Amino acid sequence: MKLVLRNITKRFGSLVANDRISLEVLPGEVHCLLGENGAGKSTLMNVLYGLYQADEGEIVLDDVVQHFSGPGDAMAAGIGMVHQHFMLIPVFTVTENVMLGNESTGFAGTLDADAARERVREISAQFGFHVDPDAIVEELPVGVQQRVEIIKALSRDAKVLVFDEPTAVLTPQETDELMDIMRQLKEAGKAIVFITHKLREVRAVADRITVIRRGAVVGEAEPTATNAELAALMVGRPVELTVHKDAPRLTEEALVVKDLRVVDAVGRVHLDSISFNIHGGEVLAVAGVQGNGQTELTEALVGLQEHIEGSVKLNGQELVGRSVRRILDAGVGFIPEDRQADGLVGGFSIAENLMLNRSFRSPFVKRGTLRGDVLEAFAREKLQEYDVRAPDIHTPAGKLSGGNQQKVVVARELSRELRLLVAAQPTRGVDVGSIEFIHKQVIATRDRGIPVLVVSTELDEVVALADRIMVLYRGQVVGIVPGDTPRETLGLMMTGERPKDVIA
Amino acid sequence: MSGTETPPPTPEAKSQSGQTKEADKADGVTPGGPSRSQSVLREIASGNALAGVLAVVLAVMVGSLMIALTDEEVRASASYVFARPNDFLQATWDAIWGAYTALFRGAIYNDRVDDFATQIRPLTETLKFAGPLIAAGLGVGLAFRASLFNIGGRGQMLLAGAAAGWVSFTFDLPMIVHLPLAILAAMLAGALWAGLAGLLKARTGAHEVIVTIMLNYVGYYLVFFALSRQGLLQAPGSTNPKSAPAKESAILPDVLGERFNLHLGFVLALVAVAGVWWLLNRSTLGYRIRAVGENPSAARASGINVGRTYTVVMLIAGALVGLAGANQVLGTVTSGVTTDLDAGIGFDAITVALLGRSRPLGILGAGLLFGAFKAGGFSMQASEGIPVDIVLVVQSLIVLFIAAPPLVRAIFRLPAKEAK
Repeated sequence: MKLVLRNITKRFGSLVANDRISLEVLPGEVHCLLGENGAGKSTLMNVLYGLYQADEGEIVLDDVVQHFSGPGDAMAAGIGMVHQHFMLIPVFTVTENVMLGNESTGFAGTLDADAARERVREISAQFGFHVDPDAIVEELPVGVQQRVEIIKALSRDAKVLVFDEPTAVLTPQETDELMDIMRQLKEAGKAIVFITHKLREVRAVADRITVIRRGAVVGEAEPTATNAELAALMVGRPVELTVHKDAPRLTEEALVVKDLRVVDAVGRVHLDSISFNIHGGEVLAVAGVQGNGQTELTEALVGLQEHIEGSVKLNGQELVGRSVRRILDAGVGFIPEDRQADGLVGGFSIAENLMLNRSFRSPFVKRGTLRGDVLEAFAREKLQEYDVRAPDIHTPAGKLSGGNQQKVVVARELSRELRLLVAAQPTRGVDVGSIEFIHKQVIATRDRGIPVLVVSTELDEVVALADRIMVLYRGQVVGIVPGDTPRETLGLMMTGERPKDVIA
Repeated sequence: MSGTETPPPTPEAKSQSGQTKEADKADGVTPGGPSRSQSVLREIASGNALAGVLAVVLAVMVGSLMIALTDEEVRASASYVFARPNDFLQATWDAIWGAYTALFRGAIYNDRVDDFATQIRPLTETLKFAGPLIAAGLGVGLAFRASLFNIGGRGQMLLAGAAAGWVSFTFDLPMIVHLPLAILAAMLAGALWAGLAGLLKARTGAHEVIVTIMLNYVGYYLVFFALSRQGLLQAPGSTNPKSAPAKESAILPDVLGERFNLHLGFVLALVAVAGVWWLLNRSTLGYRIRAVGENPSAARASGINVGRTYTVVMLIAGALVGLAGANQVLGTVTSGVTTDLDAGIGFDAITVALLGRSRPLGILGAGLLFGAFKAGGFSMQASEGIPVDIVLVVQSLIVLFIAAPPLVRAIFRLPAKEAK
């Protein structure tokens, strides 16, 4: 089935999220929609899927103009969507999830699960998915859950498949497998729309590439285009993709973590006696698939985890057992992985957010009173220095884009006198331009002789920043390896396998 | 990782930045951190001023309907409405106009008497009633700012009133010492009673709504018990659950002379408004209170002790409600402490805080409005025979409309989220 989007325009109030976007996807083709966060990709796909109504323009399937008033219409017309956040019910089986919304019923409304189960087997066999129809979804690995989503779409005879940022949650190996699946689907004659902002994947699988920026199509590119060319199209200016950094100038051992063990309230072990150290002037990057103890590690370092055993020494001072405030006051900078939950107060202005961890004793405080003028001068300076794009310092942080929000957090953490920087997912959901900026700041911090711990699930980021890499798997250290370790080795380590030549 | 697809706001696209949030909503993205119930509470507690005004307008309109329906002449004329519709309309108009003019005459300015002092007497009554409403409203509103729902106003006022009463009739001291001591005792008692809820939340996670509601009962029966026992609070030789009257040296002095009932309590409430404004907007403690209220997990990650902040907020909130208790016992009804001393203020304070959007100046305005309702309601009943309950209905409807912003938006056809 051939999908044509013609001059789709979607407005939210005065904001134009999609501005006359046209797109053509042929059967047996992977069409890549490339753009930064906030470029309008998801809005466009929500229009296609019937979640939004376009203000102008039309959706054409095989030369027939379509009018979708909801996802049901879109599905019936043969459009299937694999969402970034899976739309599955965790406690249901694979079959039950596939049936959901499309239940075939027998006598007196009983569910005909057998037919559905058979259908799951059929599709699974056809594409080599290896999915057990009776498995409970929440017990499956993320990559397999994604295949359930694909099966769900295919079981409804989807001819056009939309993948919305599908690799964000996958390991490198799972990503490779997904690329294979996409190629197979393509061969089976499906038209595939692949939404992403990761250049590597685009070049691996795309037949055609359309780049959008600020809600409008800015150009098409061939899969043979270089990363730098694609990035420049995406951002609208040349971007440095690799972080330039000199060899580290190590000083003495600054952070020493010994037998750190973190347990949660119900007794599950999240970190199992891990030990490592970081020298001054060194970046230790923690790699691993999401949910293998990285979150708990960063939280434990700043005192946000309650049940901790072991020892964390910063320049000889024990941090375990101290309150968050006393750890931050000891010079630990913390960029939390979820900036909206833990990094910022959305209703507070940029200026107010810049003093969030300095409300007790700081230049902004005098005998329990806020010194508004000092704070505002400081905020104006940081707005400039960190290139935060906002109307002014009084703009609520919640109204900024992801990249600008993150810059506010980075500005706050780096403008204190630091002895350690803990950065969790410092560029998650951040546009390419801001990634470049934030990476430079991290390296600059390292070059001032400060030890830096970076946690990232993006291998690109790990490789770009790390002097040494520590791989975590199920709360344990698989190994600590040099920063130039090949990607394949790291990918393997992220699945818990320890290559022979690596010593833990 | 993109949940939302909107271009970053840029300086030149200032008008667009206000829309980013709407697109967020449309995408079904809720910002991480606070739970849904918390954000609902926050939206209700900090809704915009327009919504408050519209809620009052709507409530008054529905109130008019009820006045008309309960009026005998209107009902009588309704039986022949098709024969003589004018009678019906006239009767309806008379009933509604009469009711609201009576309300005005009772609450602000009485044009039916001759000398000026008597003419403006209703206004001073309004201010008298507004004093404790404002103080207690501040107590509830301040807790709202920390995302805490203080429903314990009644218990806090009772405890505070009992403490103030005890100091007022027990000691013989010069006024300059006695009065402040009695007020302080009230604020301290209110603070401890509310602080208990804060401490339980901080230490054990007990929900403050449940704890403060239950402490209302505990407080009520505790005070009732003390008032029924000789040697505790009961007036000597009496068998009624009532204490001895306050001594002259502990009574809040009249501010406009003996002809008016307006006492110093209203002035203290104004001071409290200024104090809470300063606390919230200029102090570091207020900054932390707001941070905890807006996003407790970000506050925690920034080294703010969330539990301690909860406790401190409840202590201050209780002290403010305690001031309302002192206002009653030492100013409005000085003949002795009873369990009726809170006069519904503990709960009305919630309405006042909601209508005032948890902001000190808003609470001042809402407190004055409700004070006017209280003062005017009685005269409405006296002069027009309209049950005072109508006023209570109007007050309750205001809360209802504030708590249901989508309803008000639908009625007035406002956009889903106002563009600022």
